[in-house]
Parts: sequence; structure tokens; C-alpha cells
Amino acid sequence: MSTDPNLDELTRRAEAEIEAAADARALEQLRVELLGKKGRVTELLKQLGGMAPEQRKAFGERVNRVKESLAGALERKAAAVAAAELAHKLAAEAIDVSLPGRGEAVGALHPVTRTIRRVERIFASMGFETVEGPEIEDDWHNFQALNIPESHPARAMQDTFYVFNGARLLRTHTSPVQVRTMQARKPPIRIVCPGRVYRVDFDRTHSPMFHQVEGLYIAEDVGLADLKHDLQQFLSLFFEREVEALFRPSYFPFVEPGADVHMRWHAPGQEPRWLELLGCGVVHPNVLQAVGIDPERYSGYAFGMGVERLAMLRYGVDDLRLFFENDLRFLEQFK
Amino acid sequence: MKLSENWLREWVDPAADAAALAAKLTMAGLECAVEPLAAELPQGVVVARILSLVPHPTADRLRVCEVDAGTGAPLRIVCGAPNARQGMLAPAALPGARLPGGVEIRTAELRGVASSGMLCSASELGLAEKSDGLLELDAGAVPGTPIEQHLGLRDRLLDLDLTPNRGDCLSIAGLAREVGALYALAPTPPPQPAPAVSISRAVPVVVEDAQGCPHYVGRVVSGLDPAARTPDWMRERLRRGGIRAIHPVVDVTNYVLLELGQPMHGFDCTRLKGPIRVRRAAGGERLALLNEQTIELAPQDLLIADDSGPLVLAGVMGGTASGVTAGTTEVFLESACFDPVTVAASGRRHKLLSDSRHRFERGVDPALQRRALERATGLIQQICGGQAGPVVEAGTAPAHAAAVRLRHSQVERLLGYAIPAADIPPLLALLGIATHAVGEGEWLAQVPTHRYDLRIEADLVEEVARIYGYDRIPARAYRAALAPFAAAETRRPADAIKDLLVARGYQEVVTYSFVDPRLQQRLDPGSAAIALDNPIADTMSVMRTSLWSGLLGTWLYNRQRQRQRARLFELGACYTRAGGAVAETRRLGGLVAGTVRPEQWGEAPREADFYDVKADLAALIGGDADGIRYVPARHAALHPGRSARILRGDAELGWLGALHPQLARELDCPETVYLFELDADAAGRCVLPAPAPISGFPSSRRDCSFVVREQVTAESLVEVARAAGGSLLKHAFVFAVYRGAGLPEGCKSVSLGLIFQDYYRTLQDDEVDAVVGEITARVSTQLGASLRG
Repeated sequence: MSTDPNLDELTRRAEAEIEAAADARALEQLRVELLGKKGRVTELLKQLGGMAPEQRKAFGERVNRVKESLAGALERKAAAVAAAELAHKLAAEAIDVSLPGRGEAVGALHPVTRTIRRVERIFASMGFETVEGPEIEDDWHNFQALNIPESHPARAMQDTFYVFNGARLLRTHTSPVQVRTMQARKPPIRIVCPGRVYRVDFDRTHSPMFHQVEGLYIAEDVGLADLKHDLQQFLSLFFEREVEALFRPSYFPFVEPGADVHMRWHAPGQEPRWLELLGCGVVHPNVLQAVGIDPERYSGYAFGMGVERLAMLRYGVDDLRLFFENDLRFLEQFK
Repeated sequence: MKLSENWLREWVDPAADAAALAAKLTMAGLECAVEPLAAELPQGVVVARILSLVPHPTADRLRVCEVDAGTGAPLRIVCGAPNARQGMLAPAALPGARLPGGVEIRTAELRGVASSGMLCSASELGLAEKSDGLLELDAGAVPGTPIEQHLGLRDRLLDLDLTPNRGDCLSIAGLAREVGALYALAPTPPPQPAPAVSISRAVPVVVEDAQGCPHYVGRVVSGLDPAARTPDWMRERLRRGGIRAIHPVVDVTNYVLLELGQPMHGFDCTRLKGPIRVRRAAGGERLALLNEQTIELAPQDLLIADDSGPLVLAGVMGGTASGVTAGTTEVFLESACFDPVTVAASGRRHKLLSDSRHRFERGVDPALQRRALERATGLIQQICGGQAGPVVEAGTAPAHAAAVRLRHSQVERLLGYAIPAADIPPLLALLGIATHAVGEGEWLAQVPTHRYDLRIEADLVEEVARIYGYDRIPARAYRAALAPFAAAETRRPADAIKDLLVARGYQEVVTYSFVDPRLQQRLDPGSAAIALDNPIADTMSVMRTSLWSGLLGTWLYNRQRQRQRARLFELGACYTRAGGAVAETRRLGGLVAGTVRPEQWGEAPREADFYDVKADLAALIGGDADGIRYVPARHAALHPGRSARILRGDAELGWLGALHPQLARELDCPETVYLFELDADAAGRCVLPAPAPISGFPSSRRDCSFVVREQVTAESLVEVARAAGGSLLKHAFVFAVYRGAGLPEGCKSVSLGLIFQDYYRTLQDDEVDAVVGEITARVSTQLGASLRG
């Protein structure tokens, strides 16, 4: 390329120095040394003044080519150095992503809450509103309005907790909430009533306190066929599969006709069997009369289910007491 | 109730095995299970007669019997039973026999005497839990007859769990009626000729309370053989029904109870004084009952009495003074109908359970009394001989229950399905309910006396559905009109409160509503707790006034199980007494113990403190900017220097504080425990967001550190600064608190961040400086605060 040995020598040396530069600072220093105002290449241009015009042009062009070539080499080297420096920095910044995150862990809802919520939401999708009411009740709301007169065999003394020398009681079911709602509203009424209920019973399979969800639907022309449909729907939604349900005649003073609902249960490693799940029926006309609803115009259905029983089936828990021991090793599994 | 399957089949015998029959009954609402009579039947056991017995030569308690077991030659069997006697019949297990439980009988030597088998007690045959001696058999039993044949052991038990409305099925006759209806068969009761009246002896009966006793029949049976023994067939049926044989007269009345469902009573005639009176108790009367308990009678109790006083608590239990005994030769038999309410009330009042009460409180067929009396008379004569007197009667038996109107339209309405009108009368006829049409699709139904539970139209609708089959009524899809509903947006639902706490690491617990009064008294002495009248345990005897006893109990339970840290909450009702009334409020309680965070690699562990919990509460109810204030206050359960009442405006929302160290020591709980409790409804109240417009101009921040005395609260400093800052001060907050070197004794330095902004323009430094100057002046004059250099 060149016919000027000095220029060639300068180019060779400069290229070697650029290649050998270790970092951005060395490169910058080189750039100044070579191409700066007093740099070696710039110095060459000062020779132009003493040259013949024809020589001058050719020499000027050659020096400029060398200048461009070295500038390019500097730039490429600078990019390479920057990339190497970044790679080094990134490698140094690497962390152990397998270490756990910092801060608080989440807690969990109690399985009873979780179950009630699921029941409520399914019925809410069917148009049932959640209503709650007092747990310390009077005899009228808990019994009499529900067609359970004082002498009724379903009302054995040992089943009910009393306070104030028998003047008040702990509700034995959430039905008094139905009574209160029927008194306060006009049909159509579609409600579910979750909550704590109390019975004097304490052993492996009974707790003196447990939870129920009861439901009530009062409108013109509601009957057993609607109840069968809606509960069947509920069970299938709750257990997330097609549930085989059986409605057997049964007796509860507040419904007539009354029924027990049994479902086909397939426990792992066991023969499928029928499990009694809940009680229900068509609201007894005496109950409607007691709350001032005309039984000739309106009819309805009611049902009640034990929350712990649903939870036990749903989550495969076999001991009722676990729900009230509040052992965190149990509860934390419901995250 | 358990009954013999064979006995039922004598009355009605459908072509279905026991399992199918039980399933059919169950599907008709009479829950029925089938049980084997015994886990195992004895094999190779026969009826035997003890021909003679002599003492064992070397063993005091044993005797050597010569026994006729129908094998031809007499057998020698060694026996230790105290009741063995010459001429007695008893079961003998012959060599090769196998008893329940796997015992095999072989010829054996007992203390030097060879014994060809074993004479058996009821328990050895698996017929009783325990027995005192040999099972005595009928004198007329034939030696050599296999025992299972003699006692009819090839039987099963029908175990019925009946709902309280079906008292009519608490007997063979009632069950047979129901089975008959389900299989369209007519039951065949055993033939029972009315006994001839051969004596005139009668005990007069005066019913003084016809409401309590609408119908009473009775009669005398004289000349009973006191040596008579209840035959084995009857003993076995009673046993299978869960009743022990006691005395022929008692056994017969019990037999009639099981067979027909009529509770009866037998009096020893010679122990009666004057006429029988059915009356309410008078003040101070007492009665010694057959269960060896003496009760103080209440004026509402209905009695059978004579001139000497109370004899029987009507329909519940007899007394000792007038009952039959081993020597009784003359009885007065009672068969009466008592008011269910009266019987139930007496039974409950005196806590007495009996087969009689069980039936009367469910209702007994009011037309059954005479039939039961005739049946019992016949059976007594069959067993004990004797002559029957005339039937004495008070009151009347109704011919049928009330007629009930039934409309086809109501059947369709209540079932949601139209069973054809023509099908309805035949369905009811199966139950003995006669119908006659009184219009288009309308009938008058004549209910038989034994179905006293059928009173209204809905009852008949259920009967129609029950016999038709619930499973045949198709489900009907949704038809309801939409009726949307939504909760108020200014109420945070309980679900949202719980979710928020769960997200902040709290575990929900559910504890009992009744708690230990001693712990509660320590935690919340100021509240009037409601005590249960009938608690199941001392530690669960008062209703909770606060959630803290349950939360603390849960923490203690878990820390005993190696738990070192917990964040717990519960949302539920608390109950206090307000005069004679109940105040029931929903409360949200929480407990924090141990380190603020779970143990982890990235942070040094630190015990949770007041402010950690306060931040959780701020997430729920907001902070000072939302009008929430924490006011130092004392609470019996809390550390006096680390507790606060939480106020929104002037209304109390609840409490937050550290468990009082003294209490912590008593509870054996060395960790610092923080507790909070809020009124859940008030805590859930929130405002509808109404965002202010955002200024387009920059804000200026000034940080000022004020030196104040320890007693000056941070809140007061912020409040004064806010008031002094006016509308330009957008936000004031504490960002540091310093105590230590460089400060006067008893003082602290509180650093406030002050953010100034104007909506319309950029604030100039001198304007901001002027406001800061005003703030500094005001906190100085009002709180004695000085700017820290």
C-alpha cells in the first residue's frame, strides 16, 4: 500500500500497540498518542508544509488513510474491551437464585372458613345471599317458630345449651336466622345462613360446637323437585364431579315433606357406600304461618348441612377434633 | 329399636330377603339395618335334662350330673353352675360341639371325673353379655333338640332408627303395616280370641284428668300360678327386642309393647287400696320407682294413684309399692292412652328413660288399648292360667283421626311434579287412608287412628311422595327470576379482612365460644360473662367476652409442640351480659409471638414488637391520616406501658398491646406476645374512595428533627405540625426517632419529613421556609420542642 517505509513502520507499531492495550484507559492514552493534536500521526501532517504540491497531495492522502485505519482499529478494540469488561462485571454480579425469598410467608384460612366460603359462593351463583344472625337465641326463634313445640321429642334437654336459667339458649342450628329473615323480608327469599351452632355432645364424632350452612328458598311455587335439582347441582359443583345423590324420606319438624340426602362416596381402598350428608325438605306450613307468610300463596324449601362433615369429606380428614385443636401443623396445610 | 325378622315375617312375609326389605324400608323413610342375631351360632348344642346330680368328690364348687341329652344313654357332665338342679332343662354342648368364640368341646377330665360335654349358660352360647348360671329352658322342651331349633336362632335382627314422627312403627304390628303398604300385602296378626270373662272382680277406675288420659281400660286377672315361667319363645323375642325377662306378667306386658306398640302396666291387686285414680300430683308427693330411685313429684306430673298415694308416673315408670312380685296371684292390668306432652314433660323433668315413655311421647294409637288388654289377658292365661274379670273403661277411643283435605294442585305445588290424580287414592289406600272425592282433583282423606302424625295436607303430600318414591320425582331446573344483590362498598366483608391478614402471614384459627372462666377473668375482668346453665366441662363453662383466651390457648397448645413463632387471628362473636339481655358482637382478634419474620437467611432475627403489629392493623383500618389514633391506656391483660386503645374519631375500635408480663409468667409463656382485638364490624367500615386531583407542580421536602421530652408523643408532634403547616403542608410523617448521646436527659429526637406542595404553582423556597418557621415555633410553644442543631 505504502511506498513510505516510515509510514508503514508507524502503522505496524501502532496496530501492535492497540492490540496490546489492556483496558479502556490504555486505549484512550494510545488514541491521544497517535491521533491527538500532538500525536504521532498528526505530527506527520506537519511535514506537508515542506513538500512540493504534487507530493503533498499524495502524502496527505496516505497519512489520512493511516489515520482512518488506526481510528477504526481503536474503535474495534474499544468495543472489544467494553464487552469483555461487561462480561466480567456480569459474571461477578451473579447470585444464587436458589436461595429463598425474603420477608413474611402467607398464612392460611381455617378449613371451616374455606369450606363455608366455597358453599356460599356456589349458592351465590344460584342467587342465594348470605345472611347471619345471633348465636344466643330465644326458644321461639330456635324451636317454636320452627314447629318444634316444647314437648317435642326432637328437643331433648341434653341436646341444648341454656343460659340465663333456661331463658335463652345457644342456637342448635342456624335455622333461627331463616326465621328472622322471613320475618324481615317478603318473598321471594333466597338465602344461605352459615355459622356456629351448639349441642351438648362431645366425643370422637361430636363437637359441642360445630358449623352449619342452612339454605332457604321461598317463592311462589317452589317444591321438592326444585330442591332435588338445586342440591344435586350444589353437590356436583362442590365436589367437582358428577355426584350420585339419593333423596330419602326423613323427618324434621320444620319441613314436610322432609328428606335426607345421601351421596355415593368412593373412599380410596373401600367399597363405595351411601353417606348421609344433609337434611332438607319443603318448608312446613306452620313455619310459614309463624313468620307471617301465607302458605297458600308461597312455598319453599330449606336444607341444612354440617360444614365440618363437608370439609372432612372434601379434604379427607377423619377426625372432627382436628378442626378445633388448632394445631398449626394441621392448619398450615390449608394454604 | 331392634326386632326379630322371623317375628315380623309371621305377620307379613314379602318375597324379599332381609337386606332388600331393609333397603325398601330405608328408602321409605324408616331407616333399617340388618344385624345377625349373634356373631356366631353354637354348633352341636342340644336341649338336655339334668336327671340327677351329686357333689364332685374332690372339688367343692363342682357337681357331677347325669344328663339326658337325647342320646339314648345318660351322659355324665361335670358342672359348676350354682343354679343346676335335678329335673332342670338346660343346653348341653356335647363332645365335638363348637361354641361362639371358637371353643371346642371334648370329653375331658375335671379334677379326676370324666365329663362328656358341658352344660351351658346364655353367655356361653353367645346369647347374653354375661350370665349367672345355666340357661334354663322350658320344662316341656324335648331333650336332644338342637338348641338353635328350640330357641329359633336362625333369625336376624332388624335395627330400626325411626324418626320421632313414626311412633306408629315402634312395634311388630306397626312395622308389618308399613311393610304391607310397601309391598301391597295385608298383614296377618296371630289369632287372638277375646278371653272369656269368668269372674266379676273389678277395680274401679276414676280418670280425673281426661286431657292427660283420654282413654283407660283395665281388668283383673285372678288365680295366677305363681310358679309359672315365661316360655322360651317369648323370652327370646323379648331378648331380641332388647328386653330382659323378669316375671310372666311383666314379660307379657312387654311382649304386647313390642307386638302391638301399647305400653301396659300390671299391678299386684292385693297391694291396691281403693279405686285407681288418674290424676295430677299434689304438692309434696313422692314416688319410689322401679329403678330404685325416689322422685319428688311436680304438680304437672300425671299419676296413677290409689287411696294410699302415687303408684305410677303415668306412661313413664311404675313404682315399687304396687308392682307384681314372685308371689303375685292376682293382677290388675292397665292399658291406657296418655297425653304425649304430659309424658314427655314428666320424663324430661325426672330424667327418666323407658320404652313406655319413648312410645307415649311419640304418640300411641288412641284406639289400641282394648285390643292390647285382650291380647295381654290371653297371653297371661296361656302362661299363668287364671280367670279374667270384666274390662273397666274410662274415656273413649276415637274411631279414626280427623279427616284431612287433599288437593291435587297442592301435591303438584309442594312436590314440583304432577303425580297423576288417579294414582293418588290407591297410593293412600295402601297406608289404610281412605279417600273420597269432594270435587275436581280434591279429596277428603280419612286417616286411621294409628297415623296420628298425619294432620295436615302437607303430611299427606309427603305420604303420597314417600309411597310413590322420592327417587321417581324428577329434578326441575332453575326457574327463578334473577334477583341480583351486592354488599355495600363501604363495608369491607369479613372475607376480605381475613384474606388481608392471611396475606400478611396470619393463620386463621377457630376456637370454642365457651371458655375457662378463670382465664377469662384474668384477661377481661371488666366484662360480664354469660355462664352456661349446663356446660360440658368447667373449662368450657362461660361464653367468651374476648377472643384472647382462645388465641392464648391456641398459642400455648402450639408452643408446647415446639412452635416458636405464630401469627394467629380469629374472627367471631363475643358475648356479654347487659342486664338481662345479651350483647353479641363480632370481633377480630390476633396474637403475634416470636420473631417478626419466619427464620430466614437474609435478615437478622428480630422479635416482633408493637409497631410491627400496628402496621398490620394499619393495613386493615388505616392510620393517623384516616383518623385512627392509638391512645396509651391500661388493660388488665396488657403490659401497662405497651398497650393502647385504638380509636377512630372518638369511637373505640379495640386494643393493641403486649401480654402483661405477670400473666405471661402465670401462663408459662416466656416469649413476648402481642394481642389485638377490634370490633370487626367497625373495623370493616371504610369510606368510598374520593381521590383528590394531582398537582402538576413539584413538591418540596424539608426534614426537621425536634428534641422533645419522652412524654411527648410522636402523634402530638405531627398533629401540631399539621395544624401549623396549613394547606401547603401536604404530608407530615415521622422518619426517625433517636435517643442517646447528644440529647438532654429524658429527651428524644423525632425527625419529621414535611412535604409541601401547591396545586397551582411551584412553591418558592422562602415560602416553604416561612411555613417551616411557623411549624417550629408552634411545636416549641405547644410541646416544648426545639430544633436539633
